[in-house]
Amino acid sequence: MLHSSIALIGLIVAVFFLARLTGDPTNLYLPIDANLESRQEFAKLHGFDQPSHVQFVKFVKGIAEGDLGFSIRKQRPAFDIVLEAYPTTLKLAFTTMTLVITCAVTVGALAAYKPRGVFDRVASISSLSTASAPDFWVAITGILIFSVALRWLPTSGMGDGIEYWIMPVTVLMLRPFGLQVQVVRASMLGALSSAYVKTARAKGVRERRVIYVHALRNALLTIVTVAGDQTVGMINGAVIVETVFGWPGIGKLMVDSVIQRDYAIVQAAITITASAIFLLFIIIDLLYVALDPRIRHR
Amino acid sequence: MTTVTTTPTSGEAEAVIIRRAQPWWQLLWRDKFACVAAVWLTVLAFCLIIGPELLGDTATQLNLRARNAAPGFDNGPMWILGGDPLGRSLLARLIVGARNTISVALTAVFIAMTVGGTLGMVAGYVGKWVSHVIMRLADVVQSFPSLLLAVIVLYMLEPRVGNLIIVLATTRTPIYLRVTRAEVLEIRERVFVDASRALGSGRFHILRNHIAPIVAPTLLTIMTVDFASVMLSESGLSFLGIGIQPPAITWGLMVAQGRNYLAQAWWLAFFPGLMIMFATLSANILSSWLRLATDPVQRWRLETHKKEEDDK
Repeated sequence: MLHSSIALIGLIVAVFFLARLTGDPTNLYLPIDANLESRQEFAKLHGFDQPSHVQFVKFVKGIAEGDLGFSIRKQRPAFDIVLEAYPTTLKLAFTTMTLVITCAVTVGALAAYKPRGVFDRVASISSLSTASAPDFWVAITGILIFSVALRWLPTSGMGDGIEYWIMPVTVLMLRPFGLQVQVVRASMLGALSSAYVKTARAKGVRERRVIYVHALRNALLTIVTVAGDQTVGMINGAVIVETVFGWPGIGKLMVDSVIQRDYAIVQAAITITASAIFLLFIIIDLLYVALDPRIRHR
Repeated sequence: MTTVTTTPTSGEAEAVIIRRAQPWWQLLWRDKFACVAAVWLTVLAFCLIIGPELLGDTATQLNLRARNAAPGFDNGPMWILGGDPLGRSLLARLIVGARNTISVALTAVFIAMTVGGTLGMVAGYVGKWVSHVIMRLADVVQSFPSLLLAVIVLYMLEPRVGNLIIVLATTRTPIYLRVTRAEVLEIRERVFVDASRALGSGRFHILRNHIAPIVAPTLLTIMTVDFASVMLSESGLSFLGIGIQPPAITWGLMVAQGRNYLAQAWWLAFFPGLMIMFATLSANILSSWLRLATDPVQRWRLETHKKEEDDK
């Protein structure tokens, strides 16, 4: 846990100074012909004239008070803007990960049950394909087929009906699903050929129970590890999906702010995301302990 | 290298099966999917090497009569996949774009493998402190979503090809680092390493001559799968406008450019993405074949046995 925190603090520091290194923000916010005086006034007003380390100390102090900077472009505290964008991404990520885990476990377990059977081959090939497909391309092809040609689904936007969710969630689901099916299949294959499963079968336990209670529970550790990594990676995928489908989530916010050089939002977003990832790692560690009694007794 | 195995059959004299170690193309032929993947990747390599020289002019040749031409034979064989808004042949642009897309991914993966592998060997073999520092650095890089990190860094620095390669390589290095370190930690306990040390070999000698050859196949397998990931990342970044910039051609950029014409000319966005997918798929399939072929324990799945039932 200490290691993760060092890593994430290092990240926040690195991004802070990297942002300051890239150039004068006054160039972006003021018109080209602004004279030196206006530039200096602007810099003073927003604290850009201080040396970087002084700015950093100010930032750290601000964190303690819940003040993560002020967005110049939007004229609002950065913290509020970031917090507004988060629920969208969280909803998207949560729905997607739930679907990924349930579907992948079902498909993977069934595939592992009859290795080399028809279902297994089909599942392996399709999971390999979905894991290889570029998500932005699938999104665009989906829009092409379902929105433009068939007119079944809306092209973009975030609305109330479930039709707004179908394509974004499906696209976001593809890669984690593909990978997870292979992981589930591999661990279940291992679990199903183990001694305790043989014992259970010899005891006459019903096949269904053997799969879902005995084998699956032991395969769960690997699955949770991969799922944890994928949840973090979900933010990656969300960037593309949010950009293509126009959802106002944290991914889109970050890309837009980076392009617009709005440091405060970039800073705030990274800090909050890094803390969220840190929390996620803690939760995963706790899940390990809950799932594997051997760890508990160490 | 021949292996001799004996199978005891009840009552009769023991039958002796002599198996020759099989060349890799026989192993490849056994897995038909991997064959197709290898062929496709060879085609792409061909496009990569001489594509731009052969078709560079055709790719930039404007033909306004073929503006947004639909796929078909109307404008000649080059326009079989259609034409872009300026009438340039989509097929030619795809072939020329292969060089940028693939070489960026290949370079990034190669750098990541070299740097990650070396650091991993150092971390696994040298003392505790060095190992700790290196692993913490790897954690910093790995704990953050890579695409986001790339977006941030590439806009902080300018989106030049060199920067793109460095960013992509940096995000993939921790994987090689961890795998190498894990393997080195295991290998250095083996007898031949001890023997080498007893004979007075220095650390560098041991790492280069004894440990590296054992770690290499694993790294190669990971590199194939990683190549696929990096291609997807680079395409994603180019799609977002933060990767390779026009007028350079790359498949991700072509998808972004085609997005504006989705309703009128769907082929502009469809075919580049399809190419990305085929390349990635081939790399993934080849990588799972490599995993079997380089592992002596699993290799039997790919070998042909005479007089033996195919055992799956």
